[in-house]
Amino acid sequence: MQLYIQGFLVALKGVPMTLGVSLFAVAVGAAFGLCLALMRISQSKVLAFLAKIYVDIVRGTPLVVQALIFAYGLPQLLQASGIMFKWSSLLLPAMLVCAFNSSAYLSEVIRGGIQAVEHGQMEAARSLGMSKSKAMRLVIMPQAIKIILPAFGNEFVALIKETAVLSYVGIVEILRRGTLWNAATFETFPAYIGVALVYMLLTIPLSKTVGYFEKKMSEDDTHEIKAA
Amino acid sequence: MLEIRNLKKAFGKLEVLKGINQTIEDGEVLSIIGPSGSGKSTMLRCLNLLETPCGGEVTIDDVLVDENNINEVRTKMGMVFQNFNLFPHMTVLENVISAPVHVKKISKEEASIAGMILLEKVGLVEKANVKPASLSGGQKQRVAIARALAMEPEIMLFDEPTSALDPEMVGEVLEVMKALVKEGMTMIVVTHEIGFAKEVSDKVIFMDDGYIVEEGKPYEVLDNPKKERTINFLSKVLVC
Repeated sequence: MQLYIQGFLVALKGVPMTLGVSLFAVAVGAAFGLCLALMRISQSKVLAFLAKIYVDIVRGTPLVVQALIFAYGLPQLLQASGIMFKWSSLLLPAMLVCAFNSSAYLSEVIRGGIQAVEHGQMEAARSLGMSKSKAMRLVIMPQAIKIILPAFGNEFVALIKETAVLSYVGIVEILRRGTLWNAATFETFPAYIGVALVYMLLTIPLSKTVGYFEKKMSEDDTHEIKAA
Repeated sequence: MLEIRNLKKAFGKLEVLKGINQTIEDGEVLSIIGPSGSGKSTMLRCLNLLETPCGGEVTIDDVLVDENNINEVRTKMGMVFQNFNLFPHMTVLENVISAPVHVKKISKEEASIAGMILLEKVGLVEKANVKPASLSGGQKQRVAIARALAMEPEIMLFDEPTSALDPEMVGEVLEVMKALVKEGMTMIVVTHEIGFAKEVSDKVIFMDDGYIVEEGKPYEVLDNPKKERTINFLSKVLVC
């Protein structure tokens, strides 16, 4: 029992790193994802095409491969072409790759949310003389955000688990803590059980919270429809 | 004065407007009637470029309406939709003042005073601070009219404003519209309310299959229609 507790406590030390990277990725990913979503629905075929390619590539490759390319592949390529480049800390490419990865997924969620807002809303806003961007900001986004927000929460929960692959590029997050402890003690089972417990401790309450808000929001909507 | 010259619109291969010509003088009330699919709503939506015409032109006081001046044109051309399209995340008053504040850059205080006067006009002062979801259909449409009026338009477009309403709520919306007519507002109304069209219109046009089939004074078109298709349509509508 003592060993399991120890394994758990070791993994627990990785929580700030895992949460920090995940939060950063969701926040930056949301901003970048919004740009991608606006590109996807824009009149410009070129912008829409570029965004689509980006999303397809990111969603079509595993995060761990993206992380390896960013952390190790990119510096090697630059050095081979005569540019002296080295990540000052591997944390930087790790955070960026998670943010880019998230942006692709979130852009689809944001696009779905925007398109779920009734078309007449845009027409009404435009008919009052609002420019397209003004209508987007004042009328469409405030309604879309209701649909989008729960998905942000879900993406955050998913990222907490997915950032485990960052241990491949030397980020000392939850899994890496366990792996290192295992290497030193050979207590393999307690080490990884400890890791699993810590992930559960984070993800289960979080997804319950997201689920609660999701339910509450949909109840608000049915309430509004009834009242109407 | 609003002029429509040879207006054409097609959705893919489907020709919806096949060359519409019409002149609406200031202060005139024009009603457009016709079966569904005849192009009447499309024609109205081409006037403020919610639909982009495939041919022809629309001018207001001899200025061509196009993509470059459309936002300005729309501030002078209020529109009321069949499905209200109120902004559900804003209160009634916020709906009314959103465009004056954000497009015309009028201060919130000033716009709110003007907004409350408009809400009084449509009889909904006590609903100023509630969300549209708690309103009845008729109340929603009256808010939508107030919202359009808040931009102080020179022309009002109504796209079947009573078609989505329960029968007992049609009257309250028509009353508000009649009050506007009395004030001398220039109005273009797509409607199935033949009685209303007869009472308030200066001119009625009957559309079918993308053309204006018949036009004239209400008593000419509605009481003594000349064309076969108009007679046919009116006999069906007036039976109900």
